[in-house]
Amino acid sequence: MNKYKELNCNSKNVRINILKMINNASSGHPGGSLSGADILVYLFGKEMNITKGNVSTNKRDRFVLSKGHASPLLYATLHEFGLLNEDLTTFRQINSKLQGHPNMNYVEGVDMSTGSLGQGISCAVGMAMANKVDKNSYRVYSLIGDGESQEGQVWEALMSAAHYKLDNLCVVLDYNGLQIDGNITEVMNPEPFDLKFEAFGWNVIKIDGHDFEQIENAFETAKNTKGKPTMIMAKTFKGKGVSFMENNYAWHGVAPSDKELTLAICELENNYE
Amino acid sequence: MNKIATRESYGKALAELIVENENIIVLDADLTKSTKTIDAKNACSERHFNMGIAEGNMMSVAAGLAASDKIVYASSFSVFATGRAFEQIRNSICYPNLNVKVCGTHAGLTVGEDGASHQAIEDIAIMRSLPNMKVIQPCDDIEARQCIKAIASIDGPCYVRLGRGVVDCIHDENYIFEFGKGEVLSKGSKVAIIATGLMVQQSFSAIEQLKLEGINPTLVNIHTIKPIDTELIKQIASEHELIITCEEHNIIGGLGSAVCEIVAQYQGARVVRLGVNDTFGESGKPNLLLEKYGLTPESICKVIKENI
Repeated sequence: MNKYKELNCNSKNVRINILKMINNASSGHPGGSLSGADILVYLFGKEMNITKGNVSTNKRDRFVLSKGHASPLLYATLHEFGLLNEDLTTFRQINSKLQGHPNMNYVEGVDMSTGSLGQGISCAVGMAMANKVDKNSYRVYSLIGDGESQEGQVWEALMSAAHYKLDNLCVVLDYNGLQIDGNITEVMNPEPFDLKFEAFGWNVIKIDGHDFEQIENAFETAKNTKGKPTMIMAKTFKGKGVSFMENNYAWHGVAPSDKELTLAICELENNYE
Repeated sequence: MNKIATRESYGKALAELIVENENIIVLDADLTKSTKTIDAKNACSERHFNMGIAEGNMMSVAAGLAASDKIVYASSFSVFATGRAFEQIRNSICYPNLNVKVCGTHAGLTVGEDGASHQAIEDIAIMRSLPNMKVIQPCDDIEARQCIKAIASIDGPCYVRLGRGVVDCIHDENYIFEFGKGEVLSKGSKVAIIATGLMVQQSFSAIEQLKLEGINPTLVNIHTIKPIDTELIKQIASEHELIITCEEHNIIGGLGSAVCEIVAQYQGARVVRLGVNDTFGESGKPNLLLEKYGLTPESICKVIKENI
């Protein structure tokens, strides 16, 4: 575990900042931001070649947050790795660059404007196609939601990525099992994900989305997989890290009160070793 | 006179452009032979991608390519390009102001026999309502070829409306397409016709007939419907008593509405809108459809004589 001590600390900081931002804005999406935190921390902390020096260019790996409502996760992660110039407290406020759903023209490191579910993964496909045309070695990553996968466009995107053999594309499914109206299988069952992804021509890897060793191995396997794109099915918990939010869809799009924020920060601090 | 469909001109221009400019990428949704992007494919197959019958994905993929510094021409029939993929054009392309040229062919009633499901009559209205979007409808071969090349160097999203059927060429090789500028084709008095697309040719024929009856209208070609040439329209409104707008599009939200939006702000001419009268089309020969839905030179003459 020691190997990932620093990443654990990054994740704790990101989670605390997510909650502070949403509390301060009195609106936002804590559940699905917390569930993807460890994946994004690994991506921006270890996996992608994104630095202060290249963040303003396209000459690097790129990331599309297809589940754009998890914008606090993206902003907090960029902040954690010194890539964000904006003040996190401006999130969702008037005249802010930190829009409720990410705007690529306002924030360096936000590689696509997203928010309408299903579209970001297609944009990531377009970026991966551009890298193939340009014959460069940059990789494209995208985080999609399991609820988001009810959008037909996700499957159009999956089909096109496999068709054009985009092995430079790696999509992570934030597989927390919940959406705003309840359990994904009860709202509109998208299962079985694994068989569907495989049938659509993808390399499928199943991991615990809160285990850095498994995350690391999955990205490594994805990089070494040729001729097809990779889908990492990352089993996560909505609201991960805050016991009263965990696995509760009521926390999809509700801001914590001041008291709840204090409790949550206390728990996150205490559980970090 | 040289008769050619503007979609044919699109294919020819794109085939040259894709060779001239290595940043050009062309996407199509299984209609390459109809939209004529197949010409670009034949010229440079490695930068032409068939995205299959999935227009929504195609538009967001186009956005991703444009976010990687590509200039993307994405084509389907107008009704599917702008209708099926409207929200992708809105959120993936227009909101981030990305360099995607949505080129819709088979616009308007003159799709013909395929009928109402394939006849886009609302595309100008919905594309015009999107911030950052530019809307262009060339009327003939020369204008179409020039406009397709010109938009490659206009930053941000554009919608180009192209037709299926052949149309007379009214411009010669000396013509220079100027984005955002209306073109006065004929200078008359009292009445002005402001037309777009194939209604420019229809208006020319109408003027020949009207002249025999002592009516001599001005004729303006509006290829750029957004941003529209406000100064020219203000001038036309101040110099004439009556303006007739002519378009192969619903009278709601298209060129007629755009002209009214300007004229209503200033004193000037009364505006009568001629177009598809808020109804769906049907199957039939293109010329018979134009006749049935009131888009012929005779209809233009009649409207002018009724309102003068």
